[in-house]
Parts: sequence; structure tokens; C-alpha cells
Amino acid sequence: MRHILFLIAKHASRILLITLAGGFLAVALARLAPGVDEREIDTRLSDESRAAIQQSHDAERNVFHFYWVWLGGLAHGNLGMSQALNRPVAELLSERLPVTGRLLGWGLLTGWGLGLGLAVPLVFLRGRAYDLGASALAALFLCVPAAVLALLFVLLRAPAALALGLLVFPKVFRYARTLLQQSAALPHVLTARAKGLSSIRVLFWHYLPPAAPQWLALLAVSITLALSIAVPVEVVCDLPGIGQLAWRAALARDLYLLVCLTGIVTLATAAAKSASELLGETLRPLS
Amino acid sequence: MIWLRNISIGILAAIFLASLFAGTLAPAPYAKQFRDEPDAAPSRQHWLGTDDLGRDRFSRVLYGTRISLLLAPAAAFLAAVLAGLIGGVAGYRGGWTERGLMAAADLVLSLPWLFLLLAVRALMPLNVAPIHSVMITFFILGCLGWAAGARVVCAGARSLRNSDFALQAQALGCSETRLLLRHVAPNLRPILLAQFWISVPVFILAEANLGILGLGVSEPVPSWGSLLRELEGLTAISGKPWVFVPLLLLIVSVTSFQVLLMDQEMPV
Amino acid sequence: MTYRSRAVSFFAVLLLQVCAVAQGGGQLRFCLHSDPKTFDPVLVEDDASERVRYMTGGFLMRVNRLTQELEPELATSWKLSKDGRTISFQLREGLHFSDGTPFSAEDVAFTMQRLMDPSLHSPTGDAFRSGEGKLQTQVTAPNKIAVTFPAPVASLDRKFDQVAILSAKSPKKEMAVLGPFYVADYKAGAYLLLNRNPNYWKRDEQGRTLPYLDSIRLDIQQNRDTEMLRFLRGEIDLIDTVDAEYFNRAQTEEAGSAHDAGVSLDPEQLWFNQTAKSPIPAYKRAWFRSTNFRVAVWEAVNRDDMARLVYRGRAQAAVGMLSPADKFWFNSALRARPYDPQAALKLLAQDGFHLQNGQLLDRDGHTVEFSVVTGAGNKTRERMATMMQEDLSKIGIKLSVVTLDFPSLIERITRTFDYEACLLGLTNMSLGPDAQMNVWLSSAENHQWNPSQKQPETAWEAEIDRLMRLQASSLDPKKRKDAFDRVQQIAWEQAPFIYLVNRHALSAVSPKLHNVQPAVLQPYVYWNIDRITMNAEAASK
Repeated sequence: MRHILFLIAKHASRILLITLAGGFLAVALARLAPGVDEREIDTRLSDESRAAIQQSHDAERNVFHFYWVWLGGLAHGNLGMSQALNRPVAELLSERLPVTGRLLGWGLLTGWGLGLGLAVPLVFLRGRAYDLGASALAALFLCVPAAVLALLFVLLRAPAALALGLLVFPKVFRYARTLLQQSAALPHVLTARAKGLSSIRVLFWHYLPPAAPQWLALLAVSITLALSIAVPVEVVCDLPGIGQLAWRAALARDLYLLVCLTGIVTLATAAAKSASELLGETLRPLS
Repeated sequence: MIWLRNISIGILAAIFLASLFAGTLAPAPYAKQFRDEPDAAPSRQHWLGTDDLGRDRFSRVLYGTRISLLLAPAAAFLAAVLAGLIGGVAGYRGGWTERGLMAAADLVLSLPWLFLLLAVRALMPLNVAPIHSVMITFFILGCLGWAAGARVVCAGARSLRNSDFALQAQALGCSETRLLLRHVAPNLRPILLAQFWISVPVFILAEANLGILGLGVSEPVPSWGSLLRELEGLTAISGKPWVFVPLLLLIVSVTSFQVLLMDQEMPV
Repeated sequence: MTYRSRAVSFFAVLLLQVCAVAQGGGQLRFCLHSDPKTFDPVLVEDDASERVRYMTGGFLMRVNRLTQELEPELATSWKLSKDGRTISFQLREGLHFSDGTPFSAEDVAFTMQRLMDPSLHSPTGDAFRSGEGKLQTQVTAPNKIAVTFPAPVASLDRKFDQVAILSAKSPKKEMAVLGPFYVADYKAGAYLLLNRNPNYWKRDEQGRTLPYLDSIRLDIQQNRDTEMLRFLRGEIDLIDTVDAEYFNRAQTEEAGSAHDAGVSLDPEQLWFNQTAKSPIPAYKRAWFRSTNFRVAVWEAVNRDDMARLVYRGRAQAAVGMLSPADKFWFNSALRARPYDPQAALKLLAQDGFHLQNGQLLDRDGHTVEFSVVTGAGNKTRERMATMMQEDLSKIGIKLSVVTLDFPSLIERITRTFDYEACLLGLTNMSLGPDAQMNVWLSSAENHQWNPSQKQPETAWEAEIDRLMRLQASSLDPKKRKDAFDRVQQIAWEQAPFIYLVNRHALSAVSPKLHNVQPAVLQPYVYWNIDRITMNAEAASK
């Protein structure tokens, strides 16, 4: 028990450090990129107003100062004000996170269901024709631009989460196929099959456990991939989630939004990885 | 299925040769605008019709193949090599090396790298040749595309660290580098090939999406990515099936790659 | 049936239909392309907020988008002083804000003081700034007020078209409005609901209170493809601004729904970087500063083809800085420059340019090649730039098209000046020269080809400065028109901007809406939102 608590504490501090580093680096990258406030070419504005707009961004020029101020605000629950949308970032995130959460949840479920659903029969059927067919199907969804598929789903009035799932599944399928084939060649698996154990039993007790760390790593990777695919899906399907917000923040160089969104993505990525490692360490005695 | 492999080789060779001899095969220069025939349907003169500026689509697909089929696999190869190196070293060495490198992978996956791409674009002269601009874009994509694969490779290398053959090799006095390169790496090949296979279309599409931000290939040079952008519109999706030819070509190429890699993916 | 009974039946049916149409009610649905940044009419700067202000705000007077004439609204009459600094209003009496707070001249005074507060940097307020000093408001009666500016303001009365009156006393602050609708509900990222203002003062000719509609639902919809799809499915009732390619689709799929009101105010234009402090090579700057070079480029570009291909025929070759849609201010003596590559080459030859092996060289042997930057993601401009590339290649000029993301583009054209030519469009929200002062004065920061000049660097820019100041300080419409006509003439001759096309005002409107009269001033469709109605069947849903 103490060991598990120690592991949790270790991973939690790792997640925190990576998240803080991610937020800082996001701000640094945004400052590195060229670009000024679009309002500066508004012909209605006087020179004084234009100067005021430039001054309003002065506080953001020093990356260290900006991040320090933001951290201070974070300690008080103030995530800053979005310049692009003119609203508190905390309010924006609280409205939009559930939307993206639902999209990702259903999308990952669909993606893994399809990916595993195609990969698992592969190791039992062992047919080249099936392998080719499944690979061609995966290739199709790997090659279709996310925006095009999302638009097609809007046309068909189909749920956006299904579009996300179809875009995630080729990557899950590809890695799953490889991991299952690797496991299929292991001596204990061959022995289990030779001894006549049922396919389900062989799958859950002999195929999956040896590659558990890699499955868990794949799960963590798929969460990050789904987050990146969510951006075009939300933009095209007009879902008011954080993906759509991230796109606007990037285009507008909205630093407060960017630092918060990057923090969330980094947190999710690092947490997924840590969860997979923790689970792996817990399951190790079983493999 | 040897015949299947041969068909795949044939398809890829045909696509490659067609792009190489695009100058001879193309019925018109890719930039020439037949302004009296915009959005034309396929005909004897224009086998895949024309785009909205009257440019021959078949010619643009041929020339576009050069950029996409050469540069995207190169970038994918780079990403796979980096994933193998970083993930392999991290998983094999373990400890702080693994923690540090995987933390870097987490950051690479999470950060908004488009700002780096924008900064690179800003540093390049405005008159940079389109091919140089797109080569730099693909190079950066390759340098940044390793993180997802590295995580899976790391997990794989970690489990191989304590395998029987690794322990035996160590006991026989095999150096760490030799062990990593000669014994562990080959077992990671299937995962790396999966990573490569996924990355090729992803980078082609990424180049198209970066066009929205001013990166990628500039007009009038075509690429599969820019041709695929034609699909992003309500008017494009319905009534003009010939605009889907670049997508079909991409799917066929990626599937052909997959067939070729199938045998290579069998575990050692 | 007798002839008489048939006639009675006919008129009864007609009357019923008129009643059905005129009975009003129903919810109008259309889209905003982003969340409004503010509901405070003084701070409006983005498109979405502007549209909400249009439908909820009460204005002293408004420009009729169809006739382009100024019409009284909350002010029954107004008078401008001879020096152009003071405007006096006679206001309607007995009006109330949407929350019941009474309206009076105090509210006008409060609004103007707030608008001109320098710390707020209101874009609407900046339009009134003509000199140093404080604004003065004098309320002489509950329904009379005089507003005095520190210096004369050109087209002072017309500027009030953008000033929505705030309540000085209401606890609801900017949410208490005098317009036909008020903001009833807002879910960020999803929708905005406007309800009928029960205290709206306007009535129709039959004495019925306006607006006819019960409510307006504005969905926040960024994606134009999805917006068009929803329109074709009947989920929304109108699209105020439609792209040309979608216009044709709407025309095909739903007959009678696509409206082309004619050429709009908005031009697409190209300019060359003539700034002395730019890092471009001196020989290129010399090209760009040559009038012959600029005019040659203008005449070498086939603008009719651009209108035909890029805009699917829903645009026309631009004449000059104003579009013919601006009925009063457009200089009708000007004509669109012809497409004439041979004439272009002759003009270039006058400056020592010559063709060698199909490539144009300057007198010093430099190959004539330059880049044009434009905003990435805007397919229309990318296509236009690609067409220019092809056209200019016919006279030996090599043009490279560089698309940049918008903030990067703005930085180049306003700060670093690291660009050679730029292709952008302009959205004209108002008529005439007033909004263009910050573009045409050589000292202005938005004098795009060579901004912030301490002294005008050319004689023609000095002349434009003189004429713009003359028309801004004059109250005589004829004098102003003559001065501004001359400015347009000089701009046409000297070509600091190469005007490419004026796009048409395109919109899509569901046939179930009535009283819709698309105009060329924005908003194209719902400029008379208080009079739009829908048929009874749609209204009852």
C-alpha cells in the first residue's frame, strides 16, 4: 500500500512539473511566432487607440513575467482574460470542457472498439485477404482529411463522435495488429493454443498481458491523438469545445487561452501516461 | 501472397514513374489556366477535368505526386528513426533517462508547434522557392512527429530489457550499444514500421492543413495535400466524383506500402 | 357562382393572405460566425457584436440601407451648426427602454460622454474625433440636446448611424435597449436569443407595433459550409453574406432564395510597398514608386476573368477607390482600366523596362520579380493571386504568391514592412470618404503603401492630403463631392492601390420570409429587421 502511495505521489509530482513546463513553453512558442493584434489595421481607430492596443500587449512581451503573473492568478483561481473572446478563461473552459470530454469519450470508445474489433480476428483467422481488407479500410480513414470526414458527417447528420472514432481507429488498429502478432509468436501462446484453450481465454490471458505496458502506452497515445483530431472535427461540426477554442486562440495569439489549453492537454497527456505506467506496475505480477 | 506483393510493387512503381515522367505524360503544364473551361468535367482533353481556375487536374495530380510521395515518406522515415532512437534508448536504459525522454515526448505531443512553424516561415525570405519551403516544412514535421511512436517503442524496449536473450547477451559481455542495436532494435522494427505507415498519410494531410496557415507548398505548385484541400467544401463533395481521385491515389499508395511492409512486420 | 360572389371570394382570400402575412410572430433563425465580444454598444469592434447592436440598438437616426438616405429614428429632427461642430436634436417623447426606464436627452448626453471617453478607445467614438478637446453636451429640455465637438466633424449627422443610445439610469446598463429586440438569453459558443422589445416605439403604417417577429435566434456557427447546409435544410432562414460558390448552389437547390443585390461597397485591392524604411532592395522600391509600373501591372491583370472565375460572375472589375454602389460619392466620370497587356508593356518601356527571352528586365538588368502576400486560408484571394501570377507572366513578370496567417501578415504590413506587395480586401461599413481619412492622409498609420509620413513624399499625396482635409472641414455637400471626386481621380491616375474587383452583395433568404429587400450596404438582408415577417405556417412552428 505504501509502495502504491509512493508511486502515486511520484507520478503526481511528475505530472505537475510537466504541466507547468508545458504551459511555459507554449507561451514562449507563441511569443516566438510573428504576429500582431488584427485590430491594428482597423481604419476606424485613431492613432491613440492603436497605441493603446499595442500597449495592452506589453505585459505579454516578457515571457517570464507573464508566466509568473499567470501562476499567481492560478493560485487564486484566476486563469486570466481571453483577449480573443473577451471573457474569463475559467468561464470558457468550464463551458467547453464537458463538450470535448463527451466527444473524446465516445470517440475513443468507438476508435478502440473498431481498432480492436478488426485487429483481434486477424490473429485468429490468419487470412491475408482479411488482413488486406482491414488494412485497406484503415488506410481509407487514415487518408481522409479530418475536415472532409467531419463535413460528410454533418451532411449525413451523424454524430461527430463517430467521425472522431473513425479517425482514431486506423492508428489503434495498426499498433494493435502489430502487438497482437508479436504476442502470437510467443512460446506460451503457441502452447496454450496447442493445448486447445478457447480463443477468448487465449486472448485475455495470454495475448494481452505480456504486452500490457505497450497497450497502456497505446491508450495514452490515442488520447493525445484524439485531442489533436478533435480540433478540426469541432471546427467543422461547430461543437463549442476546447478544440475549437484552441484554434481561435492560436490564430489570435491569445496567450491566456493558449497557456491554459496547453496546460490541459499536457496534463491529460502526462496523466494518461502515468496512469498507464501505474496500471502496468500493478499488473506486472500477473504477466 | 507473392502476387499481391508484386501488384503493390507494380502500383508504387507506376505511380513513381508517372510522377518522374510527369513532364511527358501531363497533357498540359500544371499551372496553365484554361480560363474558358473552369470546373470542367472529365473529357478527352482533360482526363480528370479542370479545377476552378481551369487548370488540368490530371497534370496537377502527376506533378503533385512528386512532392508528396517523395517528401512525406522521407519525413515519416525521419520520425520513425527518431522514435526508434529516443524510445529505444529511453526504454532500454530506464531510470532517469526514460523519465526525462518520455517527459520530453509528452511535451512534444502537447505543445502548439504551429507557432514554431510560423516562426520558421517568418525567418524564410518571401521569395523562397516553393520546393524549399515545403522541404523545410516536411523536415520540421519529421522532427516533431516522433513523440507518439516513441512512447510505444519505449514500452516495448522496456519489456525487452529483461528478456532472456537480452540477459544472455549481457552475460556474454555484449556492450550496451551493441545489445541495443543488434538485439533490441530488430524486435522493435514492427512497431517502427507501423509508425512509418501511419505517418506517411498524416504528413501529407498535415502539409495540406498547414497551407491554411501559409506554410506548405505555395501556388501554383501542386501537392496531394493541396489537391485534397479541394474536398473541403460542400460544393466539392457532391456532384464531382473526379475530385476524389487524389484521395483514391493516396489510399492505394498507402495500402500498397502496407502490403510491402506486411512481411517485414513479422516478429523476429 | 355569380361574378360578384367570385370577386368577393377572391378579395376575401387575398385579405386573408395579407393578414396571414402581416399577422407577424414567429422566430427568425440565422447565424453569427463568432461569439459577440461585447453587448456594450460603445465598445463594439467585431462583426458579431456589430450585428447584435444593429438589431437591439436604438439610434437617433439611421441610414436607410436601400436608399442610402439618412432617416430620423429616436430624433425627429436635427440641425447642424454652420461651423460643423454642433448638432442639435429634437427627440421623440414618451419612449422607454426595454426594461421600462424612460428615455430622455440625458441618455443621449450620457451615451455621447461615454463614447468619447478617451480611456475606452471606442472605434465608434474614434470616428467622431477630429481634434483635441472635450465633448460638450447641453440638455435644454427632456427632449432637446445639443452636442458640441472640439473641432468640425465631417458628415457628423451620418456618423450617428453607428451610435446606439444607452440608458443613463437603468440598473441593467447596456442590456436595456431601445431597439426592436433585446438580448434575452445567451449561451456562449451555442446561441444568442433576442426577444421582441415590448417597449419598442415604432409602429407600421396601420398603427401596429413593430417588430413583427417574436424573436430571433442567432446560432454561433463558424463554419460556412455547415451554415449553407443548414440553410438548404431549412434549419436557418437566411444567410446575410454568401460566398459566390455557395450562392450558385443556393440558386440551384432552392429557387428564389439566392439574392444578388448588385455590386457592393467592398473592393479587393493590391498595393506595393513604397516605404523608405522597408528592407526590400532599393531597385524594387524604385519600381514600386513608378506610376507607370503600377498602372502597367493594373492593366496587365485581367480583372474580368477574376470576376468570372473566382467570383463566378458575382463581381465586377473595380473602377477605383469607391464602388458605384456608393451612389452619391462615386466619381461616375471614372472608368475601369482596360485589360491591355500591350499597353502595359508600352508604359513599362517608358521607364526603361524591356523583355528579354520572355523575361522582363529593368534598365539595370534586374529581373522583374516580386512577391505578393495575402492572408492564408482565404481561398478567394489565393485564387486571385494565382490568376495574377498567370497574367503577369504574359508580360514577363514573375510573381510569387505567399500566403501568411493573418497576424503575421499584419505585422509585416504595419510594423516590419518586410513585404513587396500585398493583396487584401476592404469592408466598407459606411459611405463616402469619412472612414477613409486614416487611409488617404499621408501622415496616417493606415496609409498602407507608405504610412506615417512626416511630410508628403510626392506632390500627388500632398494634393490628396489637401483635398481630404478640405472635404472634411466643409459642410457644403457639393464642395465636398468635388474635392473627393478629385481625390478619386488622382488615386485612379497614380494607382497607389490597384483596385481589382468589387464583389456583389450576395445573400440567401428563405421564401417564407416577407418584406425582405436585400441592399448593398450591410447588413444586406435584415437591415429592416423590424419589418421582416414570415408566413403564418412558419410563424406557428
